[in-house]
Amino acid sequence: MQIGRVVGTVVSTQKNSKLEGAKLLLVQPMTLDGEPRGATVLAIDSVGAGVGEKVLLVIEGKAAGDALGRKAAAVDAAIIGIVDAVDFRDTP
Amino acid sequence: MQLARVIGDVVATMKDANLHGIRLLLLQPIAASGENAGRTLVALDSVGAGVGEHVFFVRGREAAFPFYPVEPPADAAVIGIVDHWNVETVNGEG
Repeated sequence: MQIGRVVGTVVSTQKNSKLEGAKLLLVQPMTLDGEPRGATVLAIDSVGAGVGEKVLLVIEGKAAGDALGRKAAAVDAAIIGIVDAVDFRDTP
Repeated sequence: MQLARVIGDVVATMKDANLHGIRLLLLQPIAASGENAGRTLVALDSVGAGVGEHVFFVRGREAAFPFYPVEPPADAAVIGIVDHWNVETVNGEG
């Protein structure tokens, strides 16, 4: 899983039927220091996250399908949690 | 999933039997800013997207799911046409 920040929303009327009703959010994966890392990802939201929030992101098909609660859904990324705090110590 | 722009079609007459009847699209992945992000790729079309449209696509084994019960050998598929997207900047944060 990765930590990222929700940076935007996407609206799509014409989409795969398994995705109907799903909320789509743009998430920018981040390093622990809060710097953007890699490309923006489009993820299904299963926890009610909003723009600006720090979230826990899975980038794997099976996990994302489980988060959506639908079998054989064509998704590969999902937000599965809203991060309250990250506590870490960078040991040299 | 990722945002992309459809930049072309791919035609293949000789192909895996499970790919018959499925359109192949050439995609340029884009960042939330709209700029190109990464290499172009070929993806199956499950929504009837056309050249010039903004779409989103799925990578990996899940790319075959929209075509169930057929299981095409694919690693990318367009699963939605994007009407519009918004990128919001939160005060003090990127």
